[in-house]
Amino acid sequence: MTLLIITSVVLVIIIIGLIVRAQSLIDIVTGSAQKRAGFSNSFNALMFPAFLVFGFGAAIWTAIHASQYFLPEAASEHGIITDKLFWITMAVIGVVFFATHVLLFTFPFTYQYKENRKAYYYPDNHKLELIWTLIPAVVLSILVFTGLKAWTDITTTAPSNSTVVELVGKQFNWIVRYPGIDSKLGKHNYRKIDATNDAGIDFADRNGFDDFISNEVHLPKGVPVHLRIRARDVLHSVFMPHFRVKMDAVPGMPTQFWFTPTKSTEDMRTELGNPDFNFELACTEVCGRGHFGMRKLIIVHEPEDFQKWLREQESFLAKNPDYLKSVPEGLKKLAALQIKNPQAVKQVEEGEVVKTQASL
Amino acid sequence: MEATESKILDHGHAHHDEHHDEHDHHGNFWTNYIFSQDHKVIAKQFLITGLMWAFLGGGLSIIFRLQLGFPNMDMSFLKPILGGWIEEGKLNPEFYLAMVTMHGTIMVFFVLTAGLSGTFSNFLIPLQIGARDMASGFLNMLSYWFFFVSSVLMFTSLFIETGPASGGWVIYPPLSALPQAMPGSGLGMTLWLSSMAIFIISSLLGSINYITTVINMRTKGMTFSRLPLSIWAFLVTAIIGVLSFPVLFSAALLLIFDRSFGTSFFLSEIYINGEALPNMGGSPILFQHLFWFLGHPEVYIVLLPALGITSEVIAVNSRKPIFGYKAMIGSILFIGLISFIVWAHHMFVTGMNPFLGSIFMFLTLIIAVPSAVKAFNYIATLWRGNLIFTTGMMFSIGLVSLFISGGLTGIVLGNAAIDIQLHDTYFVVAHFHLVMGSASFFGMMAGVYHWFPKMFGRMMNDKMGYVHFWMTFIGVYLVFFPMHYTGIAGFPRRYYSFTSFDAFKTFTDLNMFISVAAMITFSAQLLFAFNFFYSIFRGRRATLNPWKANTLEWTTPLHPSHGNWVGEIPTVYRWPYDYSKPGAPDDFIPQTVPYAHTPESNLPHEADDIEEVGEIPDVIEINEKSVS
Repeated sequence: MTLLIITSVVLVIIIIGLIVRAQSLIDIVTGSAQKRAGFSNSFNALMFPAFLVFGFGAAIWTAIHASQYFLPEAASEHGIITDKLFWITMAVIGVVFFATHVLLFTFPFTYQYKENRKAYYYPDNHKLELIWTLIPAVVLSILVFTGLKAWTDITTTAPSNSTVVELVGKQFNWIVRYPGIDSKLGKHNYRKIDATNDAGIDFADRNGFDDFISNEVHLPKGVPVHLRIRARDVLHSVFMPHFRVKMDAVPGMPTQFWFTPTKSTEDMRTELGNPDFNFELACTEVCGRGHFGMRKLIIVHEPEDFQKWLREQESFLAKNPDYLKSVPEGLKKLAALQIKNPQAVKQVEEGEVVKTQASL
Repeated sequence: MEATESKILDHGHAHHDEHHDEHDHHGNFWTNYIFSQDHKVIAKQFLITGLMWAFLGGGLSIIFRLQLGFPNMDMSFLKPILGGWIEEGKLNPEFYLAMVTMHGTIMVFFVLTAGLSGTFSNFLIPLQIGARDMASGFLNMLSYWFFFVSSVLMFTSLFIETGPASGGWVIYPPLSALPQAMPGSGLGMTLWLSSMAIFIISSLLGSINYITTVINMRTKGMTFSRLPLSIWAFLVTAIIGVLSFPVLFSAALLLIFDRSFGTSFFLSEIYINGEALPNMGGSPILFQHLFWFLGHPEVYIVLLPALGITSEVIAVNSRKPIFGYKAMIGSILFIGLISFIVWAHHMFVTGMNPFLGSIFMFLTLIIAVPSAVKAFNYIATLWRGNLIFTTGMMFSIGLVSLFISGGLTGIVLGNAAIDIQLHDTYFVVAHFHLVMGSASFFGMMAGVYHWFPKMFGRMMNDKMGYVHFWMTFIGVYLVFFPMHYTGIAGFPRRYYSFTSFDAFKTFTDLNMFISVAAMITFSAQLLFAFNFFYSIFRGRRATLNPWKANTLEWTTPLHPSHGNWVGEIPTVYRWPYDYSKPGAPDDFIPQTVPYAHTPESNLPHEADDIEEVGEIPDVIEINEKSVS
């Protein structure tokens, strides 16, 4: 087998060699080797515009066929804006792409070598150069400023009414933590991580008593969502294609991203006519062997359904009462109470706040 | 044959200045071909090493394209090459990442930096500015041999048990810093870092030499405003390299410390494999800043020489001056300058301060302006030219097309708001493969076809060249154009397979198509390899100035010996782009022809400059004779 391959490769090389040899001999005999431009020149000159026509045809045809998969349906507020920016930019560069290529590929045909013609000595034209410096500069400035506005809007501080979700990247999955009833994420400490407490919740902080871990990302529709992102081991990157969300997860440096989902999972299923549709969370920063499989399901609920889901969740501490051990002495009672009746604790706390406020 | 020919030449002109000719062929095989200090030999060493790397790097991409295009394929037939990395007919996902990483590293550094800049800066700088050799032939030789050692290390890393570096060519820590994160971060990464450190030394030695030579060793009359654009491009490239490569060196050094000596420059609060590491306070983002401070200028280190070569080739074969010579120099300088302050556009979504993102977005889009000017100037050069489609010319036109196509999508990616979705998707892959990968590769090919006669005294076969060009050009578009589609659909890069996600399950046919196109494109390169090596030995004998070009290299003998010119170095009297000048009898006037000899074609301001008339050097005539 191997021998056969080697023999055929050698044969192919010999054949090419012979063809080349014969062809160059013919060139010498016919004298075309001496000519400055012969048949090949005209052939290549014609090939450029042919490539242009064929290329544009193919590009348009394939783009039309592929467009059904382009930019999956945007399901966030800023996503609609960035999509619009994307298509505007694509339109602008599309025009430039088309215009420059028409010139670039027709000139070779129009100005192919002719023995009796002399090229036009045209070393420069300052006016022309100024024009084609200024026009791109102006167009680009416009694109920059619209982009800057969108970028600053997207990256402003998250609104105070945001639903907070913590995403922790690790090899090779995501941990999803919710702040629970108090809406405050408890502190975390990477030294507290173990097989069960894989998010490293630090139970010295009382805000963590009601935190819970979820198997999927659940989000409310129409309410700002504040993603608090971190990584345990190496870089990861949160990518939610339908929400136009991407932010790296960095060990030792918390990052964030906020956005407002505009469509629930059900909405998308009806809209796309696909009952199996699901929002997904992927990793886009290479993180090792399982990088391509770091999938997490995202479920967007109507706000009331989300609240209902939220209430049904049991805190990490309630599920793993062993961790009461690591709660500091002074807070043990509170933690125990929290496990049994989180609602009551919340009421007590609110009462305390009222009292303190009154005493002030 | 080479030797005898040059000898004849030397004896025929023994009355000529001498001390340089003495170097010729007096050494042995080792000093002439291996540890040579002749810039031309060193250039060929860089070229051939670079081409070998190109085939290896390209070959890796074919293997991982097989995986991407045909995820269910039984790959057992690759076992003879990949051995244990094929597990039960499947490619090991870690080795997939390793191949992606090595493909990137090899192509960016070993092919398009060393193979392109190393070859043509070495070959053309002394020949086009009129110098006997580089400022320091010895450093130049060291530059190649450092590159060689670095190559050996990188090549070795492909064969070790834990595999080569696998964290992507950007080797972001902590992944690259922790051997427990992936096997490739063990010995493979150590070899990668050592190899790159040595590579940087090689690059610096080369660049310092290029800069010194261009500044100090130009022949009489070769002012900066008479330098060919290729030389301008090589000069600015070298300056960029000298300023940015040391930063990568420092990044690599700090990473070596983190890996081996327990420091925490890039590591902080890491829990891996059931163990909390002691490192605190480091920042992985710091590494990214350091890396991209080289990484982005690197793009221009790769691209500028290609653009310089193209400027030269397009002007020669359009039989027209390059349009806007001064604007072209200005663009090169401006691109060189701005290339240092755009690096963080690779980092919009890394958690870097968004305000910084705004600044870098602004600066990034500025750099599109000089790039646009360059593209327009190329097109204007073609306009009303008298175009001769040599293979070099066709690759140059191809370069302009790829440069435009890939450059334009840069405007999309440079916009931070849009980049949120497109970052690290195939849109980025398509973008940089067109604008930096393919465009630079086309520049390299243009250079090889154009200067082959000067390198080896023979012509490459043009028909085979045309087939090579069209297959490559069409192939490159077939591979990378559809990649934009998958990118717009959100497909992330560096994925072993797309089957785990509903969102990325589409486009399986397209991925297959891309893979097939990649294989065809790659096989076209074999044709080039055949043409190249065949022509070195059996190609048609070249004439002295086969493309009828103006620049100085074509005034040297067919096989220039060490020292380049037999007699005195020719003096330069004019810029290199006097093609088809009105009034001139021929359609080119070499740089060595004084204005006094061309009263019929002088422009008014040139007629005023005539006092610098020198004697016309007789070198050209001598060389013509020696060939006939």
